Amino acid sequence: MTNKTLISATINGEPVEFLCEPHQSLLECLRDILGLTGTKEGCNDGNCGACSVLLDGQLVNSCLVLGVEIQGRAVTTVEGLADWRGLHPIQQAFLEADGFQCGFCTPGILIATKALLDREPDPTEADIRAWLSGNLCRCTGYDKIVRAVQAAACRLYAECEVNV
Amino acid sequence: MRPFTYQAPTSVGEAVALLTEAKQGARPFAGGTDLLVQMRRGLFAPEMLVDVKRIPELNRIAFDPTEGLTIGAAVSCAWLCDHPAVRQHYPGLIDAASIIGGAAIQRRATLGGNLCNAAPSGDAISAMIVLDATATLAGPTGTRTVPVSEFCTAPGKTVLKPGEMLVSLHFPVPAPHTGARYLRFIPRGEMDIAVAGSGAWLALSDDGGTILGARIALAAVAPTPLWVKAASEMLTGTTPTEEVFTAAAAIAQEAARPISDVRGTVAQRRHLVGVLTRRALQGALQRAKGETCDD
Repeated sequence: MTNKTLISATINGEPVEFLCEPHQSLLECLRDILGLTGTKEGCNDGNCGACSVLLDGQLVNSCLVLGVEIQGRAVTTVEGLADWRGLHPIQQAFLEADGFQCGFCTPGILIATKALLDREPDPTEADIRAWLSGNLCRCTGYDKIVRAVQAAACRLYAECEVNV
Repeated sequence: MRPFTYQAPTSVGEAVALLTEAKQGARPFAGGTDLLVQMRRGLFAPEMLVDVKRIPELNRIAFDPTEGLTIGAAVSCAWLCDHPAVRQHYPGLIDAASIIGGAAIQRRATLGGNLCNAAPSGDAISAMIVLDATATLAGPTGTRTVPVSEFCTAPGKTVLKPGEMLVSLHFPVPAPHTGARYLRFIPRGEMDIAVAGSGAWLALSDDGGTILGARIALAAVAPTPLWVKAASEMLTGTTPTEEVFTAAAAIAQEAARPISDVRGTVAQRRHLVGVLTRRALQGALQRAKGETCDD
């Protein structure tokens, strides 16, 4: 059954048009149609957070959103974090704090971190751990991830130094 | 996932017509956090998904101090948890809405979906039962109202008839000296399904010395969320003490019909029902007295 719908959306600030079938998830659309492979497929059932993206600024699992749902809406993926000036402060903080090992969970964690810090500039460690509970890291790097988020908050909102 | 067609109507009437006309089955689609997962597992393969998020009645939170609270079936848990009036007047509901999934799931998952999914472990269902919530349904023959306590009929089964959909959930105005609390046990901090859960609601006399009304509802210890009516009868007219709460918890333990599965054993679940019910009653008591309840 071919039943393609034309979708117009804004992805990482750019207007994008693409054809997709109703059963294709936003994750499949990003990776397989649009070639934005920064967003990862882990569990494909909403447990691991590897596919986290922002939909109109809200954190969602792109495996649990249909591509057809993003008509007229704005999506931010990990590819949308860095700009011509270089890495996003969150990415820079993760780099300096060794906030990743294999890197598979990292795009989702960067996006989840952006969603957290957009909402709460100065989260406690408990806030960070609770917020990231939907992002699994199988290299067991959580302590460094938490410190990277704290460092990112400092980089974004305060002129402070964090020992990482 | 088997291919399907997608419709996003903007009125309840249109949605009901689509749900009624689909010969191979159609499903209302809100957050998709249960639905899409179950469709990928092949549990069902509808010919159509009817996205209900563009229907105004399903996409609103309305609180009125004389009418109570109405929550559209497509309202996300995150939206609910950020709503000042809900936080102020229905903290027992926030207890459940705030623990369904992590941050990303919260932004899609809905109380309406939690109810329609009818999992025995649905955290929000027990919380809604003790708050005396009612569900408004729309179908091909009109609308009707069903108490949330009667909505689930078996695991994954509800009173919804073919072509019928959940429109909204209604909660009565919280009377003075009432309070509710929902608690569950999971082996990790977040992002898990209840091994057992317990919701409690208490109404106290003006002096706080007598329980005028009580409701307890359990999660994950029966084929459906379980309202323990015997505990209401036992508690009403008593003084709210630790001894009375322990006795009510024992009644809840007796009412529970748990199974052993990957999440827990019969014995563990029965034990948890006792602990959680006692603590939920303590929390409900604190809130009924206008105090902040312990974490």
